Amino acid sequence: MIEVIDLKKNFGKLNVLNGIDIKIEKGERIAVVGPSGSGKSTFLRCLNCLEDPNGGQIIFGGENIADMHVDINIHRRHIGMVFQQFNLFNNKTVLENITLAPVTIAAQDKKKLQRENFFIAVGNIFRKQKKALHELPDMAKVKEEAKENAFSLLRRIGLEEKANVYPSTLSGGQKQRIAIVRALAMNPDVMLFDEPTSALDPEMVGEVLDVIKELADSGMTMVIVTHEMGFAREVATKVVFMDGGKITEAAPPSEFFGNPQNPRLKEFLSKVL
Amino acid sequence: MNLGIKVTKFIEVFIDYGGYKSVLTGLKNTLIIAILGLAIGIVLGTVIASVKVMPKYKKSVQILNKIADFYVGVFRGTPVVVQLLVGYYVILPLLGINIDSIRVCIMIFGLNSAAYVSEIMRSGIMSVDPGQMEAGRSLGLGFGTVMMKIVVPQAVKNILPTLGNELIALVKETSVVSFVGAQDLYVAFSYIGANTYEFMVPYLVMAVIYIVIVFIISQLIRLMERRLRRSDRSN
Repeated sequence: MIEVIDLKKNFGKLNVLNGIDIKIEKGERIAVVGPSGSGKSTFLRCLNCLEDPNGGQIIFGGENIADMHVDINIHRRHIGMVFQQFNLFNNKTVLENITLAPVTIAAQDKKKLQRENFFIAVGNIFRKQKKALHELPDMAKVKEEAKENAFSLLRRIGLEEKANVYPSTLSGGQKQRIAIVRALAMNPDVMLFDEPTSALDPEMVGEVLDVIKELADSGMTMVIVTHEMGFAREVATKVVFMDGGKITEAAPPSEFFGNPQNPRLKEFLSKVL
Repeated sequence: MNLGIKVTKFIEVFIDYGGYKSVLTGLKNTLIIAILGLAIGIVLGTVIASVKVMPKYKKSVQILNKIADFYVGVFRGTPVVVQLLVGYYVILPLLGINIDSIRVCIMIFGLNSAAYVSEIMRSGIMSVDPGQMEAGRSLGLGFGTVMMKIVVPQAVKNILPTLGNELIALVKETSVVSFVGAQDLYVAFSYIGANTYEFMVPYLVMAVIYIVIVFIISQLIRLMERRLRRSDRSN
């Protein structure tokens, strides 16, 4: 699904990623662990080009999205992302947070189709065989569907009654669960989690992890940067250890935690487990 | 001549000889220029500020950025009177455009305040958590869309007091529009003064009117601020 080839990223003189190679298959759940400063978050943010890679390739949907000439917005629709700091839109209610992207993007697509229709119609004047026009989506219906979808997602995480409140009134755990369903509202093919529980109070970690676990059970492909080793062991199909901007070990969790090979990983695990 | 006679004279011209009409026209013009000027300034200033905070790896953005810098440099670097005079007596005749002085004033004050608003707006945009932009982009929305729907509304809330300051400054600055023949409060009162050869009372009243306008504006802004903050904490 995603193939990363020799990915490099530097911030000025600081080399953060020194050539990452990994293949993420459909349905795989990859946990990325490692000491701080090892480039875990940067790697994740490169996957949807929130950080522009300086070298290498990221093949997604048959295209190299690391290439600056690719329309990244189209690909980002299929890559959901959840942030450490939740990043809910503060000026929108919970419901608007979830429906904003689907509705706005549908409206943009409609405009594009209308433009294409115009050229087809102009072309049809000269054509013997008339070309059919695109069918335009009904925005009222799109909005209604987005709203229904949002409510069913909120029901899934038990926050239906919070639909019309602003994020400032929610707890961290609630915010993060809503951030997750906001990403899900776009029906992504893959979800990226950037330390989803690191900014939470300890008692709220569980509720967020439960939502992610449920998502994992439904077969979603995901990449999770995390410090929760227990969670990584339980949910991931493959655990990846990053150190110094490189992947130094990648193995299924049983092997990764049971029989680590890399000395740096052994040291790391002895400290965190 | 004592103050009592001065006041009676003023009232005579102001009411009996229709001086209030020109004062009302002047007041109307002052407010129109200030408010429409600020409206243009906010729209244009927001665009300029957005250009300035765009990621700069594209050549086109770099060029736009240079243009924005030049624009702000020119309009902040010259007094508004000079801009009015150059606009009205140099640029418009050169272009062969003939429009009335009020519209010219609205335009020049709009362009002028855009330069200031762009800097205010830029600081507002930078005060919004960059995570908001990242979250929007990660959902597949474009830079402009996220800017318009998420970042700028939050920025405006942060900069509302400063924006109010700009409106107040603009109201006061409009007192120079008589340079290009537009009729504002100053013109109206000096007309009354010239009629009676007596300037003390008219200019005093003019000052009071300015104070009252500014007072009303600052109250309105305070009200708006409270509104916006309330919507933030609703439910």
